[in-house]
Amino acid sequence: MRALINGNYAVSYAMMQINPDVCASYPITPQTQIIETFSKYVADGKVTTENILAESEHSAMSACIGASAAGARVFTATASQGLAYMIEVIYIAAGLRLPMTMVVGNRGIGAPLLLHCDYSDSFLARDSGWIQIYCKDVQEVYDTTLMAVKITEETKIPVMVMMDGFYTTHGEQVIDTLSTKQAVNFVGKKPKWPNMLDSKITFGNVSLTDSNIEVRERQWRDLANSSKSILGIQKGFEKFSKRNYGLYESYGLKDANTVFVTMGSSYQAIELTCQELRKKGKKVGCLRPRVYRPFPYNELRAELKGKKIIVLDRAISHGAEFGPMGLEFQGMGREFYNVVYGIGGRDFGLEEAKDLVGKFLKGKQKKFQFYGLRKDLKN
Amino acid sequence: MDVKGNELQKIWEKGKEGFGPGHRTCSGCFIPTIVRTVLGNVPDDCEPVVSIATGCLEVTSTIWPHTSFGVSCIHNAFENSASTLAGVERAYAARKKRGELKKKYKFIVFAGDGGTVDIGLQALSGMLERGHDILYVLYDNAAYSNTGMQRSGSTPYLASTTTTPAGLESTGKAQKRKDIMSIVAAHNIPYAAQANPAYLDDFIYKIKKALSYEGPKFLSVLMPCNYGWKFPSSKTYDVARLATETNFWPLYEIEGGKYKINYNPKKALPVEEYLKSHKLYAHLFKPELRKNLIAKVQEEVDKEFKVLGKK
Repeated sequence: MRALINGNYAVSYAMMQINPDVCASYPITPQTQIIETFSKYVADGKVTTENILAESEHSAMSACIGASAAGARVFTATASQGLAYMIEVIYIAAGLRLPMTMVVGNRGIGAPLLLHCDYSDSFLARDSGWIQIYCKDVQEVYDTTLMAVKITEETKIPVMVMMDGFYTTHGEQVIDTLSTKQAVNFVGKKPKWPNMLDSKITFGNVSLTDSNIEVRERQWRDLANSSKSILGIQKGFEKFSKRNYGLYESYGLKDANTVFVTMGSSYQAIELTCQELRKKGKKVGCLRPRVYRPFPYNELRAELKGKKIIVLDRAISHGAEFGPMGLEFQGMGREFYNVVYGIGGRDFGLEEAKDLVGKFLKGKQKKFQFYGLRKDLKN
Repeated sequence: MDVKGNELQKIWEKGKEGFGPGHRTCSGCFIPTIVRTVLGNVPDDCEPVVSIATGCLEVTSTIWPHTSFGVSCIHNAFENSASTLAGVERAYAARKKRGELKKKYKFIVFAGDGGTVDIGLQALSGMLERGHDILYVLYDNAAYSNTGMQRSGSTPYLASTTTTPAGLESTGKAQKRKDIMSIVAAHNIPYAAQANPAYLDDFIYKIKKALSYEGPKFLSVLMPCNYGWKFPSSKTYDVARLATETNFWPLYEIEGGKYKINYNPKKALPVEEYLKSHKLYAHLFKPELRKNLIAKVQEEVDKEFKVLGKK
């Protein structure tokens, strides 16, 4: 079915189709529409999900952990300060190897308080052991939400699905949805995992110096290997939806000598810019990491070999030489540049993309820079 | 209520199945007594499902590769044992509705006073307000005992802890103990009670009563900590008993909003007897007897017991 829909509605629609056992959540901008819409589905009997409206994000994630440990298919959504508040238990969910899906409407973290998009919230959970997938548009968010359920249940690794706050959470786009039957068939019957209600089991042991590093190594290895499951499930999805997803997306990489790397919705502006420049004979390309954890280092290193790469970062690693994405890509390619842009939701549309790409094609640039700082706010 | 010997034996055996030997609590600790007495009173047609907060119970019972629990148990973090079990309980509702589960369960939290009245207060309040079918058991040892006896919101007035030590300018904790029972009662839950394992009949009566209700219920249970309070491990029962005989730890219940004192000592002992039974208040007795401070504690205890009687 064709629908004009924003990212938030697309997520709750996908979850309505799946009818998960438990949803536990807490409202926070810009994802609130997800849980509002889902609660209306509950109120109207469109789903039979147990909807826990928790008193905080920390408790929402704690309840997700409890529900998953009790063998339930679990779903939640958060953003920004909310994600920061639940970070303790985000780590625990991954450490306990509990399947669950969490959608994040990316919004920066204060202070100063802000409402708009950057990745400082979900990057906070970068090292937590979750699978992280960043989407560029509403179609991808809808599709990835469905795939995430399957990925988390196959890998027993919790999955975080990201979309850009306001750009994608609230931006309406025309998408193709699956029929509920298709969605349910694709996600499939919930597999059984060891849980507290079907057997007598202890979750959450203390692991001291004699065992902790082994647990962590296993967790690290399984996350690294989870890309196989992700790719397999994406293939299965493509078979009937005709929409294909990789660990990353790219344009013009093959013969490009200059490649712009960016994530989320800003990729659309960068890609359009590159397409226009290609018509003028410029050998430019672009790349968008979609699966950020596990990060496809080997594939990207091979793709970017010998190229000049400009990595756009919608987050800051204070005190570091580069931004978080820059740190991933440094050492790849022939020449490497890192640009921090769009912090706090500063617009990065076609105009800005053209300007930035143009600058890098024209002449020498600094290795690291902030893009688009207001001159009148110099401090 | 008078619990007969053979019934006690049954409760104890069943409790041991739920929380078996091999735990590493200090000798003289009442935590195993509390956990076993609660689990031993779960009706035979129900399986207990337990959530524990980070704390003494957790670090002494679930060190990998062991577990002392013979029933399902989850430890998530320090402050969220209530919200974690709320998730388990709703998962049960969802899975039962979908025909995945046939058995009946009783959902029980065990948490210390730090994990309940301080860092876990929000999660507890949320769970009570949403009305989950959970029995929350607070074992109150009046401090963060697991980390070495730092003050908590439940540490009573004048107690000398490692973060409120008595000194030249200090007479111990300057504030009174947080009234968790009133906070819980303000949520208008079906049943809440304060108990003491040294009064086993009363404790068992309250467990059974609590478990007979659907919805959230709360037990505040005294847990004298011989390690932290510094009394001989053979004296836990005596110290616990003195707490109630002096009205320092009164036994009462709140059923449907109605207060009832379950044990009213005919002639309450002076609170001094309790204060000198361990070392939290040693500074009130040595190097010199601080009669005025002891009198102040007595005054508070009398006042609170009187207020309780009027509720």
